[in-house]
Amino acid sequence: MDTAKLEFLRGTLDVLILKSLVWGPLHGYAITNFILRQSDDALLVEEGTLYPALWRLESKGLLAAEWGLSENNRKAKFYRLTLEGRRSLRQEIKTWQAYAAAVAKVLATTQLPEPEEAR
Amino acid sequence: MTTTPFWRRYARFFGPDPAADVKDELSFHLDAKTDELIRQGLSPGAARKEAERQFGDLRSVQRIGQQIGQKTERRRRMGDYWTDLLHDLRYTFRTLRRDPGFAAISLLILALAIGANVAVFSVVNTILLRPLPFPHSNELVWIAPPPSECGWSCATYSADAYEEFSSMSRAYQGVTGYEAFTTPENFRLTGHGEPVPVTGMEVIGNFFQVLGVQPQMGRLFTLEEARGPVIPNSTGTPVVLLANAYWRRQFHSDPAIIGQAIELNGAPVTVVGALPESFDYGAVFAPGAKADLFVPVSLDTERMWGNIVTLVGRMKPGVTVAQALDDAKRVAPDMYFNTKYPQSKGRYKGNLVPVPLKDYVTGKLRRSLIALWFAVGTILLIAGVNLSNLLLARAAARAKEFAMRGALGASRGRIIRQLLMESLVLSCAGAVLGLGLALAVIRWLAHQGSLALPLLNSLGIDGQVVGWTVLVAILTAMIFGLLPGLRMASGNLQEMLKDSGAGAGLGRKHERIRATLVISEIALACVLLVSAGLLLRSFSKVLEVDLGFQPDHASSINVAYDESAPTVEARVLKRTAIFQEVLTRVGAIPGVQAAGISDYLPLGPNRSWDTPVPKGKVFAPGELPEPLVYVITPGFIRAMGMGLQGRDFTWADGPNSEKVIIINASMARRFWPGEDPVNKILMRDGGNAQYRVIGVVDDVHEESVESSIGAQVYYPCTQQGPSRAQLVVRSSLPPATLAPAVLRALRELNPYQPASEFRPIRTIVDHAVSPRRFFMLLVATFAGLGLLLATLGIYGVISYSVTRQTSEIGVRMALGATGGRVQRQVLANTLKLTAAGIAIGTLIAIVVARAIASLLFATSPWDFPSYMGMALALLVIALVSGYIPARRASAVNPMEALRNN
Repeated sequence: MDTAKLEFLRGTLDVLILKSLVWGPLHGYAITNFILRQSDDALLVEEGTLYPALWRLESKGLLAAEWGLSENNRKAKFYRLTLEGRRSLRQEIKTWQAYAAAVAKVLATTQLPEPEEAR
Repeated sequence: MTTTPFWRRYARFFGPDPAADVKDELSFHLDAKTDELIRQGLSPGAARKEAERQFGDLRSVQRIGQQIGQKTERRRRMGDYWTDLLHDLRYTFRTLRRDPGFAAISLLILALAIGANVAVFSVVNTILLRPLPFPHSNELVWIAPPPSECGWSCATYSADAYEEFSSMSRAYQGVTGYEAFTTPENFRLTGHGEPVPVTGMEVIGNFFQVLGVQPQMGRLFTLEEARGPVIPNSTGTPVVLLANAYWRRQFHSDPAIIGQAIELNGAPVTVVGALPESFDYGAVFAPGAKADLFVPVSLDTERMWGNIVTLVGRMKPGVTVAQALDDAKRVAPDMYFNTKYPQSKGRYKGNLVPVPLKDYVTGKLRRSLIALWFAVGTILLIAGVNLSNLLLARAAARAKEFAMRGALGASRGRIIRQLLMESLVLSCAGAVLGLGLALAVIRWLAHQGSLALPLLNSLGIDGQVVGWTVLVAILTAMIFGLLPGLRMASGNLQEMLKDSGAGAGLGRKHERIRATLVISEIALACVLLVSAGLLLRSFSKVLEVDLGFQPDHASSINVAYDESAPTVEARVLKRTAIFQEVLTRVGAIPGVQAAGISDYLPLGPNRSWDTPVPKGKVFAPGELPEPLVYVITPGFIRAMGMGLQGRDFTWADGPNSEKVIIINASMARRFWPGEDPVNKILMRDGGNAQYRVIGVVDDVHEESVESSIGAQVYYPCTQQGPSRAQLVVRSSLPPATLAPAVLRALRELNPYQPASEFRPIRTIVDHAVSPRRFFMLLVATFAGLGLLLATLGIYGVISYSVTRQTSEIGVRMALGATGGRVQRQVLANTLKLTAAGIAIGTLIAIVVARAIASLLFATSPWDFPSYMGMALALLVIALVSGYIPARRASAVNPMEALRNN
């Protein structure tokens, strides 16, 4: 499968970003790497999408940012989840799972259902 | 992630920079990517290129980042700001609650000062700033000759002149006017029980159309109605428009009355409409007077009467007053006084001067109102200075609190903001109270019908007034909050934190500032006191003016009579008989000393006829003035208490005996300088009519108390027709006691005599001087307020300095100073402050007094007693307010004072 072609559904990127920060603060580059690795190289987040998404989440108050030093001693902006971000993540995961289950169920249909009888 | 390295703390030393943050963040990303690509085996150069390629459009991402960053930053800052503000506000309320005495006094001061300012502003706004209450009121002009001494007759125009001017002028959309000689209670409403006196204005048919007044109900007059039949005793046609107030009062705003007939002077008249509440004739054209109803004046009947109508024009859009004047100059030479007399052509040359109606209505008050505005502004300044002083005293007590906050990291700006917040809260609360106060004053003023100020009916609190209040409140907060704020914030923290406090340098510096404030307060109060003194002196001079008659113990009432008869001679006889009977009956009432009748009374509207010429003398045309005319009965001169040389008219001066006349002193001087005018002959009508001068009376103030006096003549009612009858009764009995008896006597003679007001002559004088009294009272009130505030200021500063010096006083007393000596020194300090204030204040007052010289009457701006009174008043209050702290100082117990330190 061509990874670059896999488009993100609206809102999906946000939940992935939030998820990637569950174990602690990460900078933007690490977030891309996390998503890429965890999706078995299926989801490549483009920089042009990632950073605006990060900033948006930060301005909404779901993420908090702080400057720090990266593994190789460069200054980098680290993002972490705020309390509200954690709450939002829980909610988003639930929504996403319900959505995915519903889509999967529809797609798994094998035959036309009997029409319901009018009472 | 490791902890933030120390240098990061300074990376944004000059405040947050979202743009740089975005750049840093993205460049880190590129670097990290490049590193990884190098690890995968690319050359550094190629790795960099590949990283940039993968990133895509770096610029646009950066732009998005900057926008989001700025927005976040702004929001954060706003959030901080509001949090701080709320915090300051809570803190303010807490501190004010802790010191209720301070809060109460400052609120009182602020409420008085702001209330006075708001009230005066609303008067100024109503009279000066707002346009007149007519649509496109800037198009309206008042057309009148230049001022003269012959009263309304020289300020009005004949019916012919009106029509000619109206048709020949090109500058106007419409010209209109009203009958200037209409007098109060000229009608009586009958058919509703007891006859009720009514004041009806006779207006030219298009009066309301030109002013742009729409009826609230019914319709306005039609052109035909201005030319219809005549109702008795008036020159109008039997249609009438009701003023809103009268419609409400007399007919309870009954809509059914429109279209119905009411009975005026015994004849039915149809009510065609009711005018809106917004139209108040008296408020615009005759301050302090009222008009109950309006009838169209019939120009055809008035044509023979000479000058009778005033002119009001509505200029065409875009026409300026200067253009209207040019137009009038063009028209005037072709205008006739009376088209029947060709020689009357051009008589109005130079006598048609349009001025904006607004200037005519309010122009005379402009200076007084501006002076009032300044006075009230001064009050605000004094109040501000006073509060500044109070706050400084408080700040001194709170110095340690602020030093502590400063030491704990509060910025200077933050502390100033905190103090400004306190003053803002105080002044806003003061403004709310003041607005309430102003509302009460304005309500009261708007109902002062007898106050001869125009437009008072539309006085009220509107958006502009509220806006002004807010402005004043903020300004005041700035005045009194900024200085203490700056003082506190600039203080030396350490010095303040040290416990020594009293006697330290800061205290002294503080005291200097406070002394300066008190001196300026005294100086401002000084200016107010001198102005009030000068106005007070002017007012008392006005009251002392010899009016030419004795207003006390005399009252007047409008007498209704019916002189209708087929011939002129019969009318004279009938009228004479009626007047004689009236005077006999009224004169017989116990307590009545004198009674007489005149058609016009002093200090009101008046008229003139023509210029009589002294027989045997030659004057250039136009050299002699046109005297005002009064038609009177025998006894009137005595009833009014006028001085008379020669003899009064008698009933024997009948229609067939020699024509006689009485003139006033000014006229005597002008017509027969250095001669005795008695028994001289005056000629009218080219010598066809000759009048023997039988007496000379004192000059009577006819226009206003303050204006100069022209020529006046008196004709006997037995030889000349009066336009109406004003009975004047002189008696030491109070008017209220006398009124029923007089009215009963009049009713016995004429059952249609309405229950007219029995008005003390004094009220006519009061009405004439009411604007001056109004301004004088206001300025005097402000001066009193200023004096009170200055007292508070002096007391505050002296009392504080005594408290601060308690230990010093203690030492001095321990070393042998007596209580009396300490007391004297405190008083001396007080007087020093006051003297400095008076000295500076006097200098300013001299400048101010010269500026208001035109408002003074017979009082010099250098008037010594005013300055003296001011200085005395200030010295007395200084002594009083210094005495209390002085007493306290002398009662200091040396042992205790020393121990406390």
